[in-house]
Amino acid sequence: MRTVPLNYYLILSAIVFSIGVIGVLVRRNLIVVLMSIELMLNAVNLTFIAFSRYLGSIEGQIAVFFVMAVAAAEAVIGLAIVISVFRHHQSLDPQEMQLLKW
Amino acid sequence: MDVATVIFFSLAALLIGASLLVVFLRNVVHSAMALVAALFIIAVFFVILQAPMVGVLQVLVYAGAIMVLFLFVIMFLNLTASEPRRRAWLSFAGVSTLLLGGVLSAMLTQTEPAADPVAATELFGSPEMLARNLFNDFVLPFEIASVLLLVAIVGAVVLAKRGS
Amino acid sequence: MIVDFAIIAAKAFIVLFMVLNLAGILGWIERKGSALIQDRIGANRASIFGFAGLGLVNTLIADPLKFLTKEDFIPPAGDKFLHTLAPCMALFPALVIFAVIPFGDVLQIGDRLINLQVANLNVGILYVFAMASLGVYGIVIGAWASNNKFSLLGGVRGSAQMISYEIAMGLSVIGILMVYGTLDLQEIARGQGTLIRELLPQGLSFLGGLVGWLPAWGVFLQPLAFLLFFTAAVAETKRIPFDLPEGESELVAGYHVEYSGGKFLMFFAGEFAEIVTAAALVTTLFFGGWQVPYLMRDGFYFPWGGQWLLPHLAVVGLQVGAFTLKVLFFCWLQILLRWSVPRFRYDQVMRLGWKMLLPLALVNVLITALMIVAAQ
Repeated sequence: MRTVPLNYYLILSAIVFSIGVIGVLVRRNLIVVLMSIELMLNAVNLTFIAFSRYLGSIEGQIAVFFVMAVAAAEAVIGLAIVISVFRHHQSLDPQEMQLLKW
Repeated sequence: MDVATVIFFSLAALLIGASLLVVFLRNVVHSAMALVAALFIIAVFFVILQAPMVGVLQVLVYAGAIMVLFLFVIMFLNLTASEPRRRAWLSFAGVSTLLLGGVLSAMLTQTEPAADPVAATELFGSPEMLARNLFNDFVLPFEIASVLLLVAIVGAVVLAKRGS
Repeated sequence: MIVDFAIIAAKAFIVLFMVLNLAGILGWIERKGSALIQDRIGANRASIFGFAGLGLVNTLIADPLKFLTKEDFIPPAGDKFLHTLAPCMALFPALVIFAVIPFGDVLQIGDRLINLQVANLNVGILYVFAMASLGVYGIVIGAWASNNKFSLLGGVRGSAQMISYEIAMGLSVIGILMVYGTLDLQEIARGQGTLIRELLPQGLSFLGGLVGWLPAWGVFLQPLAFLLFFTAAVAETKRIPFDLPEGESELVAGYHVEYSGGKFLMFFAGEFAEIVTAAALVTTLFFGGWQVPYLMRDGFYFPWGGQWLLPHLAVVGLQVGAFTLKVLFFCWLQILLRWSVPRFRYDQVMRLGWKMLLPLALVNVLITALMIVAAQ
């Protein structure tokens, strides 16, 4: 059974990463922006694991392990910030949070 | 068309579909469920790519804990006002992202490191191998990651508390 | 290749068939058993030609028919798609965990060895916990999609309880993983076949006469972990005494108050399938899985030196039968627990999970580690 060439995985990761970038740029809801960031991180994880398999090196999987831990921490802090920003502005629209001190 | 290619393309189509749903659905809760589906499909890819430990951790941590947190926050904030659509932004962002995707694909596929995957042993990606490398070569990042998680917990509780 | 797929499909079919049937039968055992415990007769009105069969006709034929033919009601202000998705997400983990639970040793047909486990993952235990963590979605989505305050309250309580006890469940199993040295459930089941006598270190060989003749089951090597895991598993499945999310006398059925008909049947079946799952996990990790004491691959080898050789099929039959009996025992134990113990208050549930189970599990890990290091 032939296996899929590495380039297919890399192109798939690039596509998912780009979709995540669209999400960050276009959506005006902070939570959807955070979710798009998670999507980008996962696309990068897929690249790491694909390379780890095709080069036979375990370090790709260890990198993914740490990316997951850091993404968890970042999601937690990001959501806490979203909650406190919502309490202040009563809105989740990034456009309305342009002024630093109000 | 052998089995591996068919499986890859169907899963890839599902993944791209789920990502598009995440970004373009109006209802945030539906968006979050689409992201759960996308994370699950990526975990399936991990298992296919001979990383069962990381794949299971992906479901356990990402789909099982982080997304539950997202859902809690979404339900807590419960915002019903929908955001306005801006055609100009959509087309500009769409074009620039297509450009990004194209450039990334071209750059990544320039060199062909190995057409066939390196023959992996039974042990590759297993908990033993991962643990051996993690606790011998990468023990410092491991400890720093645990401190990072502690800092994140304390920071989140402080940030989200109401009042002074 | 085709034969391999056919064998895996056959194993999966058998396992799912057994689990779903057992879930149905457990519904009957619960109703009739609770009636016996409470000194009443129970459901006995539905009958076919006058044959009421101890309430079997009522529970296994009349009730499912009633559920399946009811109107499918979605709350008008609720979320249609999520309302339908939630029961599926509640039933999915309970069934999928059975893919890694071994119900026997290898079966030899001709020259083909069939491992009596649907999928032999080398990360078996982590897979179990990953699927268990997906169970929270059924609650959260079901509560949200119902657009009902009671439902939301029950859902929030339920999901908080589930994620708290997931941690205790995971940590309590670490002791078992350290003792048997593997994450693979089939290897853990196999490792419980040795006698304690062969595992004792030099300094403790005087205990050989006292406990050495016992098989090295998890419950003998890790009794505290067994109690912690069983408690956490019962809390995960939201059975009494931890059923405040459903709260039949408080929250009017909590997060599934807006569900009727087939969707409620899925939640219901999911809960009973989770009972079977919890029982199967406790059996595999702590009670030897399919192991019969002193039964090796070709017969009985008693510690006092006697032998009784058996043909291969008899051995496999005994092992599968032992597994089934143990799972049935733990299902019965959970049902008995439901009708004997009052329900915990919500703050008591949280306190138990975080302040009692979690530190005890950590202490268990510490003590196990010290004993393993000292034994070398």
